[in-house]
Amino acid sequence: MRLVEIEDLVVSFRQFEGLVQAVRGVSFDLQSGESLGIVGESGSGKSVTCSALLRLLREPPATITAKKLVLGGQDMLRADKRALASIRGRVAAMVFQDPMTSLDPVFTIGHQIVETIVAHKRASKKEALARAIALLKRVEIKNAEAVVRYYPHQLSGGMLQRVMIAMALSCEPAVLVADEPTTALDVTIQAQILQLIKDIQAETGMGLIMITHDLGVIAETVDRVVVMYGGRVMETGPVEAIFAAPLHPYTRALLASIPGQQPGKQRLTEIPGSSPNPANPPSGCPFHPRCPIAEDACRVTTPLLETKATGRAAACIRVPAERVAA
Amino acid sequence: MSEHALELSQISKEFGGRTVVDRVNLVVPKNQVVALVGESGSGKTTTGLMALRLIEPSAGRILLGGHDITSLRQRDLKPFRRQMQVVFQDSYASLDPMMTLGEIIAEPLAIHAIGTASERRDRARDWLQRVGLDGSYATRYPHELSGGQRQRVSVARALILGASVLVADEPTSALDVSVKAQIVNLLQGLQADMGLSMLFISHDLSVVRSLADQVVVMLRGRVVERGPTDRIFANAHHPYTRALLDAVPVIDPTARRRRTFLTAEEINANTPRFRPEDIEPQPLVDTADPQLVALAGSHFVEAIVTGGR
Repeated sequence: MRLVEIEDLVVSFRQFEGLVQAVRGVSFDLQSGESLGIVGESGSGKSVTCSALLRLLREPPATITAKKLVLGGQDMLRADKRALASIRGRVAAMVFQDPMTSLDPVFTIGHQIVETIVAHKRASKKEALARAIALLKRVEIKNAEAVVRYYPHQLSGGMLQRVMIAMALSCEPAVLVADEPTTALDVTIQAQILQLIKDIQAETGMGLIMITHDLGVIAETVDRVVVMYGGRVMETGPVEAIFAAPLHPYTRALLASIPGQQPGKQRLTEIPGSSPNPANPPSGCPFHPRCPIAEDACRVTTPLLETKATGRAAACIRVPAERVAA
Repeated sequence: MSEHALELSQISKEFGGRTVVDRVNLVVPKNQVVALVGESGSGKTTTGLMALRLIEPSAGRILLGGHDITSLRQRDLKPFRRQMQVVFQDSYASLDPMMTLGEIIAEPLAIHAIGTASERRDRARDWLQRVGLDGSYATRYPHELSGGQRQRVSVARALILGASVLVADEPTSALDVSVKAQIVNLLQGLQADMGLSMLFISHDLSVVRSLADQVVVMLRGRVVERGPTDRIFANAHHPYTRALLDAVPVIDPTARRRRTFLTAEEINANTPRFRPEDIEPQPLVDTADPQLVALAGSHFVEAIVTGGR
């Protein structure tokens, strides 16, 4: 079953400079039980895409248009406030980068999880609290009975992120959207949280959308990858194929620029220039000003993203169609 | 007199009765990049700030080019400040939004009363170009730049006085993947050209592997292992170093594996044990650490020696 269907999503923000398009025609879908990674740098539109999917953006200043924006079978563009409130949490829950700003500092952890459960499920406070403790245990918080009485400031960043995951799981969502869930964490804690998310996904069969700038996180966690740049999808395909044989010059350059892949002090392969300014995007392919193989046509033609039977697609006119289909 | 660019000897810092840096010995040899790695709370940033005398140590000594600068007054410290400079993680917070880039880069020259105003302007433009920015950027402001470009400006400002030692505290952590490599290469190039010695503080082991000659690993204020980068990556002995290395994501989806995670207690309980015959017989020349054991190849690790030592 298709949990997520996004077709030709455009998100614009009214800003001082005028109308700024953060997402410029993004399409992808997610099957149930599947894990999808959205990788991109700051300004690529990866977070805005997912916030738009859950209709979490304030409109205005944001404007969302799409041919399709479907989550759990529901048309998210038509959904009213009540419908949205029931979809969020139950159909899709989100975990953000900074748990400290997602939790209310003046309420206990237990109170906040109970509040979420009671909002979505018919449950007494007592039942909800028991469930909160069970959820905290599931995310491997050992002294869960004590932690429900803690305030957010009494927990470390890694523990807080576990709490956020517990809260997201409280309504058994069909999709978990994790937006840079480990970026603010230490490396050893990052590895633990990623393992936890993978374990829970395997156990519950929920869908996962992992938004990250870190190709390492992608390589470790997801089945399929969407590579975004300048508000567009540059490449999509199964994770093994993307890492073994990236098609788009941007994906290739990103993979080549990862430091520390070989032993020894060495110069890294860099991508010249910097990411495009969304207020003033380049014409044609957004990557052409930095692309090593760009030709004149790349300045004017916006490449299409056509998915082949291999599940692969690359938005690049320099990539021969037979390589995408191979 | 020491030949080292920077040497910290038995340096400690207490904040409110808590020891956050505990008798750390650290040497940055001339022309080398020494990476100080560890997680938040390890004391790595505090150690770097003490080296710069931006935080006063509670105990221990700081030697810059062999000169003891531990207790110099600010006025006497000023000439040494020219020799040692710093680049921080957050380039936005470290650049004055009201100053042009030219003014920012030339400010150290003005503070040290070097050259005339027009000479300073020229040198700032030269440095813009050395860090890969067009000279025309001199009249722009920090907010007009991307994160990577701002970090280039921070590097130019740090090096315009001809510093021989650079302390770089997570200089690439806030940068996008595609820009990170640019800044690593810039630092590497300048290090080679200027014969810089660098203390590179980072939690990013991938960058450390590409940039550093030596790695020093800190855990809860103590150095638990140090050695040449290749040896640390290939043959780490301390369980914490191993845990850090093991946690680095592998860039190969076909090589996924389940990791096992050690708790802090398990890391403590698994302190390496060596018999005396396993230990490099050389005396511990540049270290007074009783807890560090010397292995072959300038590799040191916190360990317990069984059978007496």
